[in-house]
Parts: sequence; C-alpha cells; structure tokens
Amino acid sequence: MMNIPGSGIFKGMVVTARNMVGSYLLKERLTTEQYPEERPTLPENARSFPFLVYDGTDPEAGMRCVSCKICEKECPPQCIYIVQDRDAAGKALKRPKVFNIDIAVCMSCQICVEVCPFESIRMDNAYELSSYDRFGSLVLDKAKLLKSNAYYQSIHPTEAAETDGRIEADRLKKEAAAAAKAAAAQKAAAEKAAKAAATPAEPAAPATPAPQNPEASA
Amino acid sequence: MSTLAINSTSSGDARTLDLSLGPQHPSTHGVFRMNVTLEGETVVKLKPVFGYLHRNHEKIAEGNSWLAAMPYTDRLDYICPITNNWAYAVAVEKLAGIEVAERAEYIRVIVGELTRLQNHAAFLGFVLGDMGAWGSALMYAFREREKILDLFESLTGARMMCNYMRFGGCRCDLPPGWIEGATKVVDKFPAFLDEMEALLTGNEILLARLQGVAPLSAARAINGGMSGPVLRASGVDYDIRKVDGYGIYNRFKFRIPRGEVGDCYDRFMLRVIESRESLQILKQAIAGLPGGPIINPKAKLRGFRPPVGEAYGRIESPKGELGFYVISDGTDKPYRFRIRPPSLINLTLLEELCLGTKIADVMIILGTVDIVLGEVDR
Repeated sequence: MMNIPGSGIFKGMVVTARNMVGSYLLKERLTTEQYPEERPTLPENARSFPFLVYDGTDPEAGMRCVSCKICEKECPPQCIYIVQDRDAAGKALKRPKVFNIDIAVCMSCQICVEVCPFESIRMDNAYELSSYDRFGSLVLDKAKLLKSNAYYQSIHPTEAAETDGRIEADRLKKEAAAAAKAAAAQKAAAEKAAKAAATPAEPAAPATPAPQNPEASA
Repeated sequence: MSTLAINSTSSGDARTLDLSLGPQHPSTHGVFRMNVTLEGETVVKLKPVFGYLHRNHEKIAEGNSWLAAMPYTDRLDYICPITNNWAYAVAVEKLAGIEVAERAEYIRVIVGELTRLQNHAAFLGFVLGDMGAWGSALMYAFREREKILDLFESLTGARMMCNYMRFGGCRCDLPPGWIEGATKVVDKFPAFLDEMEALLTGNEILLARLQGVAPLSAARAINGGMSGPVLRASGVDYDIRKVDGYGIYNRFKFRIPRGEVGDCYDRFMLRVIESRESLQILKQAIAGLPGGPIINPKAKLRGFRPPVGEAYGRIESPKGELGFYVISDGTDKPYRFRIRPPSLINLTLLEELCLGTKIADVMIILGTVDIVLGEVDR
C-alpha cells in the first residue's frame, strides 16, 4: 500500500472522513462544549479565587478570620491586604477591619488556604468575573469576600465536611480542656478551703491555665 | 531595539534579504523572534531573539518563601506544569533531605507520565500545524490532551496551573474515581496514536517535509548540550529517568526509544514512540499504587527552613533535562534559585540546524525542537 504514490494521503483522508462522519454520531468524536449555553460541570476540587468563610447567619459575628496575617505573608504574589480591627481604647481585636484580595493579582494557587490555621480562607469556584471596572470589582473587600459555611458546603462538600469535622474535634478538645481547667480550679478551691480551715495563713497557688493551641487544627 | 519587519540588507549587495520572523507569529510557539538572512529562499544567517516573556522568575522566587516558589514553577513550561513542580520538589527534597511518601511517589509518576503524554500530543498537533495541516490534526491532538487536563482539574483543581507537588509528597489525595478515569485515558490513548499515525505519518507530503531536514549528529547534539527527545533522536541513549532513576523510576520496566540520523522525522516520531513507552510506565504505576499517607508528615508547609547548603535536582521533563539549582542560607527564602530550562538550551543549536535550509523549513525545525517560551524567557 505504501508504494502506491498518494496512498498515504488517501489513508489520512479516510481518518478525517471518519472523524467528520463520527462527529455527527459519536459523543466521543465531538467533545466541544457549547459554552455560554452549555455549562461545564466543575469537579469538586475546581478553584478560582479565595473567599472568607463565616459561621451562622451574621457575616461579621461568625467570621472565622482572626486577622493573624499568615495568608498575607505567605501569598506568593502578595495580593492580600489586611488591617487588624481595634476597639475604642486601641486594643487589637481578633478580627480584620480591612480584608482585601486583589483578584487581578491573585494567581489561584491556594497557598493561603493551606497555611490558614483557622479554616477561614477557602477557594471559590465562581468564574465569569470579568468587568469593565478594574478597581471596583476586581479588588474584593471583606463584604464581598465573606460567604457562609453553607455556601462552602455546597461547592466543596467533601473538603467542607473534613473541615467541619476538624473544627468540631477542636471544639470538643477545647471543651474538655476547659472542663479539666474548671475541675482543677474547683479542686484547688476545695483544697484551699480545707487548708484555710486548718491553717488560715498560706494562699493557694493559682490554677495553671490549660494549654490552648490555636494552631492545633493546622 | 532594532526595527521590526524587513530591514535593509546588511551586505548592501542586494543579494540577501533580512527578514524578521515573529515575535508574534502563529508558528513561533509564543513570543519568539528570529532575524533571518535569506539568499533567495535559503537561510544564510539566523539570530534568535528572546526575552519577550521574561517575568523575573528566579528573582521573584528569591524574595518569597520556599513554598511560594512552587506555584510560579507552573508558569515556566505551561504546557506541562506538573513536571516543573516535580523538578523543584526534587531539588528542595535533596537540599533538605526529605523522604517522599511512598504513595506520593507513585502518584508523581502517574501525573508526570500523563503530563508527558499530553505534552507530546500537543507537540504532534503543533508541528503538524507548522507544516500546514492546520485544523484537523491540531484539534484531534487537543481533544486527547483535554481528557488528560480534565483529570488534572479533578485532581488539583486547575487544568494547567496545577501547583500540585509539595516537599515530601503531594498536596491532596486522589479523588474517588480518579484512577478509573486515568485507566480509561491510558487505555484509549493508543487508539489516538494509531489514528495520528494513520492520519499523517504515512503521508508523502509529511515525509518529504520531514525526512532529511536538519539532521543533527550525535556528537554535535552532545556538544551542544541538548537533552530530552532532541538528544535521543540523534541516537544518544540518555534519559534521566534511567540515568538517575529519580523517584521510583528504577522499579518500572520501560525502553528508551532512539532515533538514527536526528533529522526532523526522527524527532517527530520519537515523541510518538516515547508516548507508547509512557503508557507502559503508567500501567505499571497504576497497578502498583499503594495506600498510605500522601505527604511526609515531617515536611513542614509553613516556616520551612532547609539547612544551609546547595542542591541541584533534575528530572526528565517532556522537553528535556529540567533542573533546579537552589542554595539555602538557612532562612525561609532561597538564597539562590536557578533553573536549567531544557527549552532554552535546546534552542542554542537552532541557527546551526537552520543554516542552508529553506525558509519554509525553519518553522518545522523550531517546532520539532519543541520549545515553550515561558521556560525560555522565564
């Protein structure tokens, strides 16, 4: 077959013809998605840009972010900007006053998600974010970034279930630690009372606080 | 900056014509420019001009933490981000002496070889496009490539900017059903290669355009510092997967294909045969995938400070030897971060390959060297 001149070209044409006819009949020959009309089903891991998770119904009260600024420091293209909130007396509060992400700079690497010890920042899978307004809509502020835990559950069910499990385990651990602390305090008070009954002079040592590690979940 | 378009003749005798090919040209594989001097249609001089896509990659990495350089490596050779991640991980693991989790080693081989498949599929499409088979061949190749990119998306969350490897392992475990999907792709891929061969590799026009064009001798390829498929097409038996046996490649049985004369046809066909060997590795790796953790628990993600020292880690990326040279001064940032890009070094012999050929062959020669400008310019 090879030595007939033009047979190679003919063989190629057969392949093309098979593909052309097949594209009307076989799904695997025609893989194009008719995008605006047909939406792709995103895999669960799909990621676009980060958002902040809040628990409950009130975004401000349920905000998980404590303004530790680890994500700001670790972000490779430095697209996160955080200002810590302060009360009237100037004391630092455990929440951000300003939390901006410039998604024109963000490279969707999700390193902020990996380093966050408070399960606060997560990846969204929303796309079609282009706009005519560069600064107004591409620099996301706290109000735009905060999304509920229910939304997070809906876009990444497996990952969100794992996160909730970790938070729950952490909460139980903290409760156990608090209970132990309370028991220790009670015991110390009882001892103190007993000692006071015997010798009224010596004060009891203060109960040592139970170890609390905020990064235990990281 | 010299002027674009057609310059006046350099010799002034009106026998030669200076022509600027690129920087924006559909066949220059990115923003790459060649200043060609022609005598009739024959190339008598060719000067590559690059740097249009320079993004200061190495310096950015030196200003960021060790981990933060990982997503930037995706953007080197953007056709195959996972092998770039792998090469950087290999270098840092060597520097810090981190063991890689067993399961992660297998997953690295699986995603690495899938990357090789999709790179070579894209290569076949691009080269055939360069030759004028614009449309069908490229679309068939991209159809196959897209199946592999879908696998990457379901695993890593992104089709191309995967950011998947971590020091001591991988970022996340395989989602349910992923291995079945990968097996399906591996089983279907030979049919694509057969179709590609039937479509064009017996084609008389293709043979005439590729055979005997720009042969590269084995000695010259070695002296020129070539690596990867370009070197092997010249008949040199050198594959870092065999030479170094990095990762767990010494556990798999596979062959290293070699060309004979090192012309464009050898470079073209070598990729097809190499893809078939990659499928063999993939089958063995999928069959042998163990359970266990995905990452070495001792490897730190945040505040990672490798000990003072230097290391050069290299892998066989689909385009050749991709190496990372890193120096640590004990801080959380690399002191020096240097990349050995296969695309740039394979490009150094471009003028030699092109001299004496016709202008129409220049694009094919450039295409069969297989470069990506993200990696050349960095």
